Amino acid sequence: MVIPAAIIKISPTVWELPPSYKAGMRVPARIFASEKLLREMDAGVFEQVSNVACLPGIVDYAFCMPDGHWGYGFPIGGTAAMDPETGVISPGGIGFDINCGMRLVLTTLTYDEVKPRLHELVDRLFYRIPAGVGCHGFVKISHEEFCRVLEQGSRWCLNNGYAWQEDLEMTEEGGCFAGADASVVSQRAIDRGYNQIGTLGSGNHYLEIQVAKPENIFDLGTARAFGITVPDQVVVMFHCGSRGFGHQVATDYLQTFLGVMERKYGIRVKDRELACAPFRSPEGQAYFAAMKCAVNMAFANRQVILHRIREVFAEIFLRSPEELGMRMVYDVAHNTAKLEQHTVNGKKRELLVHRKGATRAFGPGMAGLPGCYQETGQPVIIGGSMETGSYLLAGLASGNQSFYTTAHGSGRTMSRHQAKKQFRGEKLQRDMEARGIYVKSDSWGGLAEEAGPAYKNIDEVVAATELAGLSKRVVRLVPIGNVKG
Amino acid sequence: MPYKYLADIAVADVAFEASGATLEELFIAAADATMNVMVAELSTIQRLEEVRFAVEHPELEFLLFNFLNELIFFKDARRLLLRVESVTIATHPTLLTLEAIARGEPLDPARHAQLVDVKAVTLHHFRVEQNEGGWQATVILDI
Repeated sequence: MVIPAAIIKISPTVWELPPSYKAGMRVPARIFASEKLLREMDAGVFEQVSNVACLPGIVDYAFCMPDGHWGYGFPIGGTAAMDPETGVISPGGIGFDINCGMRLVLTTLTYDEVKPRLHELVDRLFYRIPAGVGCHGFVKISHEEFCRVLEQGSRWCLNNGYAWQEDLEMTEEGGCFAGADASVVSQRAIDRGYNQIGTLGSGNHYLEIQVAKPENIFDLGTARAFGITVPDQVVVMFHCGSRGFGHQVATDYLQTFLGVMERKYGIRVKDRELACAPFRSPEGQAYFAAMKCAVNMAFANRQVILHRIREVFAEIFLRSPEELGMRMVYDVAHNTAKLEQHTVNGKKRELLVHRKGATRAFGPGMAGLPGCYQETGQPVIIGGSMETGSYLLAGLASGNQSFYTTAHGSGRTMSRHQAKKQFRGEKLQRDMEARGIYVKSDSWGGLAEEAGPAYKNIDEVVAATELAGLSKRVVRLVPIGNVKG
Repeated sequence: MPYKYLADIAVADVAFEASGATLEELFIAAADATMNVMVAELSTIQRLEEVRFAVEHPELEFLLFNFLNELIFFKDARRLLLRVESVTIATHPTLLTLEAIARGEPLDPARHAQLVDVKAVTLHHFRVEQNEGGWQATVILDI
């Protein structure tokens, strides 16, 4: 039991730490969770979300989502909106893996059609989409061309034959954060990342073949609007980010901010990983522009991977990706900061929203959503563990209580060290196959670390977001094949 | 092994404690601990290619932080797995400088049993301390 005694129950899924909880808190901290999920949270969540509440310029609340756990600076699941004129920007509110995110792709294939070819399909995806330690991609470009990727994101992919026009519309912000400036990223970041476009990476990054079973559809109308129309329809979900490039941008600016934060701006924070600078300062603006480069690199990375997935499906099923209906449902970013319009205390204002291990979940009718999702709200893609399942959700009008933000995954509950002691990769692969999930990985150790019991119960996390009014369940997707990074 | 992994500090990531009789030994141990997160058997890394690099910082902690970041940089930029063979640290009035010689080879999935990739060295609980036996560091790596 680590729940602070000061916590106040606002509702069955909203818990508040008041400003009196810790010296320096400028706003209360709110955690969205069922009581069970709250009890399972580690002490780091309470410590870190209340540290976030101390940051200059924070508006309304510091939030943590139901899948929250300890992170660096912000907890994973942390969300905070800053006044752009008086507030700060902090790499600790975005994470090292800038725009780590999820993409969901439809097919018109059913489970019965895919099942006989599943091994072949997963094996070929595994060989064609590089994954693992320091992996390099198949897109070979110069440093100069890479800088164009950083500034154009998915648009670069469209211009170079890796995207369909509609893919861009189905990507948050059209697959490109405007204002990215490659001149403010280090040569080191470029050297580290220019050859990693089209790579999954490692850890909790993966590509999954999933099935939408009729009994797992919660909202038939919204499921149809999202393209889930056939019983046992097969979809592809994948999770990856900006790779070494984004990690280097974060590392570079963490050090830049540590150098100026206190000396130049007189800002003191509770944790070095909360290093920050005023948003309007030269350093803050430079990081914002560099972060956007990493966001765009991640969009391009997922777009190029989608191109490869379409190629592989076409090769295996001898039909074009168009004939196979391989349209994107959506692409959501997890680790970003963005200027958005929100209403606070009845007044509309521009805010810098940090989301770290949290998903934007715009409600129906909001600007920024493609026309086809104006009535439904934004598709939200929540990845569960490779053994259990994942969710497609929709944003709600009541998401305004969290700056339209919801959970991003199931959240780890067991350490990697413990998981590796408790599970064996080879055995896990055999056990999963017996249950109808074929998984392929370059790393037995890495596979063991991602075992289902290492994560929170995804059903509980998603149910908590629905009960809190942050997002609603549309479809639960069950895995049948997995390429683990 | 002059390093051990800590189970309970970082649920989603990897924490380790490295030690050495001298600062140079500590840095080499921390380098091995970082590499061993990514590759199961360090003995499978053949010392075929030599890399020399230098880092500097006024503070010792950041000297180690920058040093470990170099290894992560080479892993991504050139897919090189490296064993650090020598470290030379010099103390100047306002600066610490470090020169390192490392040897290794590009990752070959057929010969190197991969574990998980390291994204970044974090500053969370990052510590370098002198004790009776020499030096000790605690590091958390983002996975």
